[in-house]
Amino acid sequence: MSVDLSQFIPSFLEESFEGLELMESSLLNLQPGDHESIHSIFRAAHSIKGGAGTFGFDSVTEFTHLVETLLDEMRDGRRDVDPKDVEILLAAVDCMRLLIEAARDEEDYDQDKVAQTTKQLEQTLAVNSDDNSTIPAASENAEQTPAMAKYNIHFVPEHNLAKTGNDPLFLFSALAELGELTIKAVTSELPALTDIDPQELYLSWNLILTTEATIEEIQEIFEWVEDECELKITQIDNDKVTNDSDKTTHKDVSNEELKQTDIPTIATTSQSSDNNAEQANVTSGGVSKEQAAKPKTKAKAEVGSIRVGVDKVDNLINLVGELVITQSMLSELGNDFQMDKIERLTNGLEQLLQNTKELQESVMRIRMLPISFAFNRFPRLVHDLAIKTGKAMELVIKGEQTELDKTVMEQIGDPLVHLVRNAVDHGIESAEVRLANGKPEKGTISLDAYHQGGNIVIEISDDGGGIDRQKVFAKAVEKGIVEPNATLTDSQVFDLLFEPGFSTADQVTDISGRGVGMDVVKRNIQSLGGRIQVESTAGKGSCFKVNLPLTLAILDGQLVKVGSETYIIPLISIVESLQVDNELVNRVSGDMALYRLRDENVPILPIYQMFGLKTEYTSINNALLVVVEADGQKVGLMVDNLLAQQQVVIKSLKENYQQVIGISGATILGDGSVAMILDIPGMIQMALTHAQNKRHNTPHNKTSLENTVIGEYS
Amino acid sequence: MDIQDLATDIPSQGEHAVEGIEFITSGEQYLTFLLASEQYAVDILCVEEIRSWERPTKIPNSPSYIKGVINMRGIIVPIVDLRVKFNIGEASYHETTVVIVLTYQAEETSRTIGFVVDAVSDVLNVEATEIKNSPSFGGSVQPQYVEGLINVGKSVVTLLNVENLQQVEQHALNH
Repeated sequence: MSVDLSQFIPSFLEESFEGLELMESSLLNLQPGDHESIHSIFRAAHSIKGGAGTFGFDSVTEFTHLVETLLDEMRDGRRDVDPKDVEILLAAVDCMRLLIEAARDEEDYDQDKVAQTTKQLEQTLAVNSDDNSTIPAASENAEQTPAMAKYNIHFVPEHNLAKTGNDPLFLFSALAELGELTIKAVTSELPALTDIDPQELYLSWNLILTTEATIEEIQEIFEWVEDECELKITQIDNDKVTNDSDKTTHKDVSNEELKQTDIPTIATTSQSSDNNAEQANVTSGGVSKEQAAKPKTKAKAEVGSIRVGVDKVDNLINLVGELVITQSMLSELGNDFQMDKIERLTNGLEQLLQNTKELQESVMRIRMLPISFAFNRFPRLVHDLAIKTGKAMELVIKGEQTELDKTVMEQIGDPLVHLVRNAVDHGIESAEVRLANGKPEKGTISLDAYHQGGNIVIEISDDGGGIDRQKVFAKAVEKGIVEPNATLTDSQVFDLLFEPGFSTADQVTDISGRGVGMDVVKRNIQSLGGRIQVESTAGKGSCFKVNLPLTLAILDGQLVKVGSETYIIPLISIVESLQVDNELVNRVSGDMALYRLRDENVPILPIYQMFGLKTEYTSINNALLVVVEADGQKVGLMVDNLLAQQQVVIKSLKENYQQVIGISGATILGDGSVAMILDIPGMIQMALTHAQNKRHNTPHNKTSLENTVIGEYS
Repeated sequence: MDIQDLATDIPSQGEHAVEGIEFITSGEQYLTFLLASEQYAVDILCVEEIRSWERPTKIPNSPSYIKGVINMRGIIVPIVDLRVKFNIGEASYHETTVVIVLTYQAEETSRTIGFVVDAVSDVLNVEATEIKNSPSFGGSVQPQYVEGLINVGKSVVTLLNVENLQQVEQHALNH
């Protein structure tokens, strides 16, 4: 029978990545003596190995086997959980991920990194197995000269072995086929008759097998129960090398097995690493190559499935059921409608509205995942960074159950990584500085997520030195971003951090000098319809607040009227709406209209002018202003009328047309007409460009300028 | 029964069937329409639907021939007035003004745009060999939008290139 295994590969991959995540997080939290965690790590590695073997991902199988062996030693208590080993295992997890990704994409992997980690694993294993170094030779001998050998098999199954469908009897009869078998049951564990659970297994066995078979063949018989028993196979034949009298050094056969199968592999991989020694030099220092290779593979990973809780699906089915009932009720009403049934119709429509709303919410909830998916990678990141920078710090994660749209989550990952890196690199001081400032030696970085009025807020804060206002300002002056004598508020200074090409780090370090800059972080967040704010107190630490919409598909909007057109202003950018008090309007610096909003001067942008519309409301006197904010800049948009606030579904204009400056998309209103959604940062940019062109508008280049103005606006 | 028999068999069933079958069996089909008094044609397979004129929502700062966007069953469709774009006739909007919605399927993307015309007239059957090159004596229609000319009786129909028409707004800045 041939089964097309390839159809199962996607689920294997998905499970493997989940397993790797589990391994990673368990390793990070691993306490000495925590057997449960080691068991779960081992199990994860074991299933990856098994799956990879099934699908023929040999590189994964071989490598994972090494990892498994090390874990097995820890699991059996033959090896203490040493922080150094944990580091190696973490690196091994990275390698496994690399190998699995390579297998998935059918691409080459970073052989040097794998070879390096393989070597480390190998060395670690060698340290412990000094005393049984003779074993490989022994079993090799056994293999080469299939003579009669005597094995002592100590088999202690877990109590629930029988429940998993395994029967020791089958094992024994299989063993008996290999040679002469003597079975002795150990009944010491047997409880009193009254306490016996008939489904449990209380016995263990001592078996003595005289056979021509190799130790591997014996091992193979126990393959299916390997995880559910304690198994000791020792050779007790006198002619052969080893003795079984001392300790339990070589009870694990897989260890020996490993010695044989893996040594050739290691040899080949290290050979290849010699071949491109140059590459090895580049990568040996760090993870840079892996980092560089990541984005490419990630793009593929993003097109994936989504796991939805059954409760969400059930809820959805219920709602659809209700919708169907409402629909049939309404259509029945419509078949034979008379005016006296108008009340029933109104009720029915109301019910329909309710159903639709709930259905919409539930469907949206399907795309929502707890933000822990994005936060999961940070314990590892901070752990690694702490080692690299030599700073002591801990990561506190709060609100990881807060739910967020999947698309937003995928796109917010990288900006968050950057912010956390920054917090580690620039925020947290070294232990000496911290102690000198009377702070605890260990720095704290906290990640928090919570809902706030239809948005999600993610806070990345540290208790480090805070942002050096002077330094930022000086740097901005040096870069020519601000005038030396400008007076800026704190928040304006901190916003300078997001200017392109801005870095206050005296030297670009490995950690924060790589990849995206803060301007990219900001742009990414803005492209998600969010915004980022910085708060910082010198000496106390900084806090970056990322404000994101819950979903990209729906937006809370304020409908406004300008001329005959309806526009939608995203609620998230609105600061306030007001009616102009004529005394507070000032015309300054060449006919720029400013509105005094408390102690701020807000430029007035008449939408009808920017969009070239006809309206009867052209006077600023008593006009309606919607004060909006983007990039720390407030402007007052002049509108004719404020209409309702409502949720709108965002439709792309790009699909059939093109990007329009000042417009982020379109939506369909209740009456079926289309309304444009204003892009506030875009509109501010548009007004700035317009003003710049106006300033350069000297008589001799007037004609060319008019063209550019049209170009900018159209 | 082979195709030859089919073609000879069916006309005998009645005069009305003849017309329809002729359309299907020979050549490509084109939808013709009027801009002022001139006749134009587009590949009929690109025609999504023909709608009556409704006032679109304006797109700020767009060229004058882009009238705005409409909602076509949840899809946002831009509306281009070909009379303005090609500078033919007078752009007036009344009850008989129609919008031909065309969808052009490129390799991966498809674009849907509505075009305002004065009237839809006919469906033409044309063999590829009947399409003649357009002499480049410079009418007001930019040459990239013209696929060729078709002679119908004594009049000439301009066949438009739908692929380039669908990129109409991207050419906007170049003119």
